[in-house]
Amino acid sequence: MFDLSGKTALVTGATGGLGANIARALHKQGAKVVLSGTREAVLQELAAELGDNAYVAACNLSDAAEVDGLIAKAEAAAGSPLDILVANAGITKDGLILRMKDEDWEAVIKVNLESYFRLSRAAVKGMMKRRFGRIIGITSVVGVMGNPGQTNYAASKAGMIGFSKALGQEVASRNITVNCIAPGFIASPMTDVLNDAQREAILTKIPAGKLGEGADIASAAVYLASNEAGYVTGQTLHVNGGMVMI
Amino acid sequence: MSEVLERVRKIVIDHLDADPDKVTDKASFIDDLEADSLDIVELVMAFEEEFDIEIPDDSAEHILTVGDAVNYIQEKLAA
Repeated sequence: MFDLSGKTALVTGATGGLGANIARALHKQGAKVVLSGTREAVLQELAAELGDNAYVAACNLSDAAEVDGLIAKAEAAAGSPLDILVANAGITKDGLILRMKDEDWEAVIKVNLESYFRLSRAAVKGMMKRRFGRIIGITSVVGVMGNPGQTNYAASKAGMIGFSKALGQEVASRNITVNCIAPGFIASPMTDVLNDAQREAILTKIPAGKLGEGADIASAAVYLASNEAGYVTGQTLHVNGGMVMI
Repeated sequence: MSEVLERVRKIVIDHLDADPDKVTDKASFIDDLEADSLDIVELVMAFEEEFDIEIPDDSAEHILTVGDAVNYIQEKLAA
């Protein structure tokens, strides 16, 4: 089950906790993994940890030309065509709307949503020819339930969900699936800085009574990337300990 | 047979995995060669690449047969 040998995957945002976990999990299932992010040294470190079948293709997702070239760059690094795209990279620039600057809105939409479009457009071309593809967008529970101070982030993440549904319909006949994973609160450097009161407040909303782990998200990615998930498309898999049930 | 026709036929045969005998001047991509809308988009992109031209969407809509494609490309190359 869920064997990914012979497959090539690109994971963006692989310098982050979630991205690294996803990359490790895909690699463990046998996939060749291309790690992307902005901090090349961190990517190289992760590639060294993974050993064989791990490659680095750095990219600044706020640079449209770099994003447009990333799929080709990743395929050149791995020496094989791309089967699995995991668009995991994301940024936040929080602020209540009255204080939100144009550039905070634009940066978040550009990195989170526009890069998903650009990467998918480039990836789908080869996937259609080869009649196989798995596109996985890492969105967020915030894209579905909203969160004050995150109009830009919520819009970008909800946008990914709608985008995936439309693209999923376009390419389903080519054996390409397009799905999202919506993590809830996952333990990360971002949640480590919460104080006890904040942490308690969050936990009261999570029926599972604990934060999620990167591995919880990675397992979902492995499933959606697998041959076994071939009949699942346009879906959002919520991995949130029961925090939101839809 | 024109050189353009031969190159177009080759792309169509490769892409649609079509029987070469069926890929004639008059063959309709959708009715005779079983192409779907995605195939058409892919064919148009393949023509653009092969002939180094741009085929705008409103022109692509009128390319329904192999002959349409050949005529369009010949006009474009002559322009």
